[in-house]
Amino acid sequence: MSISDRPSVALIGNPNTGKSSLFNALCGGKARVGNYPGVTVEHKTGRLLPEGSSLRRQSSAPPEIDVVDLPGTYSLAARSADEAVSVDVLAGNMPGLARPNVVVVIVDATNLERNLYLFSQVIELGLPTILALNMWDRVSSSGLRIDTEALSQRLGVPVVCTCASKRTGIDELRRHIETAIAAGTGASNSETPSMDWARAAFPEPFQHEVDRLTQWLRDEGVLLAPFQVERLLIDACDAHSHRIIPKPLAKAWERHLEESQQRIAAAGIQGPLFETRARYGWVKRMTAGTIERSAVRHDSRSDSIDRWLTHRWIGLGFFLVLMFLIFQAITWFAQWPMEWIDHVQAAVGSGVESILSPGPLRSLLVDGVIAGVGSVIKFLPQIAILFLFIAILEDCGYMSRAAFVMDKFMSSVGMSGKSFLPLMSSFACAIPGIMATRTIDHRKDRMVTMLVAPLMSCSARLPVYVLMVYAIFPDEVRYASGWISLQGIIIFAMQSLGAIVAIPVAWLLKRFLFPGEPSTFIMELASYKWPSWRVLLARVWERVLSFVTRAGTLILVTSVLVWAAAYFPVDHSGLDRSVVELERLQASSDANTDRMAELRQSINQEKSRLIERSFLGRAGNAIEPLVKPLGWNGQIGIAVLASFPAREVIIATLGTIYALGSESDDDNRGLQAQMREAKWPDGRPVFTLASGLSIMVFFVLCAQCASTLLTIRRETNSWRWPIFSFGYMTLLAYVGAWLTYNVASMW
Amino acid sequence: MPSPSVTLRDLRIGEQGVIVQIDGSDSVAARLLEMGLLPGETVKMIGAAPMGDPIEFEVYGYRISLRQVESSRVCIEKT
Repeated sequence: MSISDRPSVALIGNPNTGKSSLFNALCGGKARVGNYPGVTVEHKTGRLLPEGSSLRRQSSAPPEIDVVDLPGTYSLAARSADEAVSVDVLAGNMPGLARPNVVVVIVDATNLERNLYLFSQVIELGLPTILALNMWDRVSSSGLRIDTEALSQRLGVPVVCTCASKRTGIDELRRHIETAIAAGTGASNSETPSMDWARAAFPEPFQHEVDRLTQWLRDEGVLLAPFQVERLLIDACDAHSHRIIPKPLAKAWERHLEESQQRIAAAGIQGPLFETRARYGWVKRMTAGTIERSAVRHDSRSDSIDRWLTHRWIGLGFFLVLMFLIFQAITWFAQWPMEWIDHVQAAVGSGVESILSPGPLRSLLVDGVIAGVGSVIKFLPQIAILFLFIAILEDCGYMSRAAFVMDKFMSSVGMSGKSFLPLMSSFACAIPGIMATRTIDHRKDRMVTMLVAPLMSCSARLPVYVLMVYAIFPDEVRYASGWISLQGIIIFAMQSLGAIVAIPVAWLLKRFLFPGEPSTFIMELASYKWPSWRVLLARVWERVLSFVTRAGTLILVTSVLVWAAAYFPVDHSGLDRSVVELERLQASSDANTDRMAELRQSINQEKSRLIERSFLGRAGNAIEPLVKPLGWNGQIGIAVLASFPAREVIIATLGTIYALGSESDDDNRGLQAQMREAKWPDGRPVFTLASGLSIMVFFVLCAQCASTLLTIRRETNSWRWPIFSFGYMTLLAYVGAWLTYNVASMW
Repeated sequence: MPSPSVTLRDLRIGEQGVIVQIDGSDSVAARLLEMGLLPGETVKMIGAAPMGDPIEFEVYGYRISLRQVESSRVCIEKT
């Protein structure tokens, strides 16, 4: 990322204020949004959409404006990695990102007093500021009256009423942003008269020390805004803020800081109380007379939902039933689109076959690309449905209740309730899950959560389970008069297994690698709301797009490599001649059925002979002793090995192997049918209950995802932890698969 | 100053109290203050999670959850 010369606007606000929805409304962008503290875990950048008509765009040519969406935060006192990002961006200390020209503070209009606390800090930074009263539609229903004009006058900033989910007030906000930017980057701070309020509100001895320290730093060549010095003085025990002091000065700075603190303490100013008291006092003065509250203070419908969902026992039961239903629903809803994709894939394959004559190119396209990528794309519906459910749970506000209900349990195994959202989103994908651990302020809890997150069954594992389950377990077995399928139960069991194994793993990690004091669980429980379909669609679309991109890049490349390994170095000319003859016979009117049957048999024998002698077949034979204890043959071993960079590759690999070496009459009959017919040399089926379960358990426990390991590397800033994760998970996977195979073989 | 013995932890469902002070001056205390748990504010106990921990409170017109350890640092006077 490079510093752009375009003007930019930063969005900041408490969690759950609809900040990311507003970002979406302003940019038409695809940032993640959620009704849970801190779903946006990294600052996101988009481009401000020009308003309404194209005519206006031409006539006045509004400048291009970047929009930076900051993580939700309650305060600019940076105590977690997440909050530090916000402070860095607003102070212009973020490498690669210019200091924003304008900042929009987004507040929940129904909870104005607490939300204005953050505003009181932002305004001190001296940037042109706009206040957006979001969720404005709820104001009247919660018995509130807000005099926005008076508020705007007192605060000295423009106040805009918005409702991001319904797209109201967005144009007005956009106009204010454009006006503020047009007023020039050199807009004087005097435009915001309330900026200097803190000087008056904070006790004099404190101000005196801030001036003294600012002066000392200036003499040493370090220019800091008074707000930054205030923070250094107040958050003295906090490491995050002290990065801005250059190393050579650190010693002297510490001495000066300590002296200042002693003088402040001597003046009777104690702890963090004086700051919060001054700020909330200011907020009360600003809002007195501008806000009227009638007796109804809280959303009562949200309360009655909560009475059940956070109930001691009913809440826990509800959570488990909900998870079970979601995984049942996935197998139900996805069936139809999956069959449809299957048909399309077969049709495309036949189409290519009718155009090209047999040979390497046709084999590459049909057996490599279409069989490989197509078999992965088939699982798109399932992934879309899974992401939709998780997005609904996040957006409606249920996730924070689940965290509340689960906190006691989570802390007993070495994490906290705040680990819950990262782990839950890891069921969709471990990468956003690991990034979401930034909201955990306790470092040790965060590390444990990050290291067990890859154990959660992500959406890339789902296709593997589905493939195995559909190939091995009969569809006819249903319970509860057909509503619950055995296949659904097995998939649910696999999805749960990773989470169950994570419990002892987390406990061991906490006990031996990250021992220490317990963490805290200070968390807001925001009111329930109806999820906005725009937000849901945007999030599902984003994930679907990234899945398709993976299929089109990483998985395509692996498929082609696997195809090449299975095609070369043997001579296919004999096989191609037989195929040409067979296709000519099929096309001619007087079909010689005897000759056709003969040809089919020889083609099939030739195919399995060729794949046996290919690079892939030879490598398979070489590693077979290693995977035989797990009940796998060499081909499965190779397919699993090829899927270490990305686990869904196994489907593509199996698709290619069985398309090339299939002994069936029709290549396009679908991978599952081909798998059911796969045999060991002695005639036993390859995919049995025991070997199928063993493959699934291996995939549950193994860290087969290069992107996840790279994310851990980035978040921990060390290679140690990704290597550790990879090592312990691979070991766990091998042992788990071995145990499963041996136990299941006893049936 | 001897701290009053009654804390948020002693509230039962539906009971209210006015905050007197928050023990300590570490980052936990600072966070509690920032979240609006200021001396003089009224806090209502809403309910508890399974096994009694964490606890849900209403303060400043919104809902917040605290563990027993944190809630025992907020000294109150029952009302």
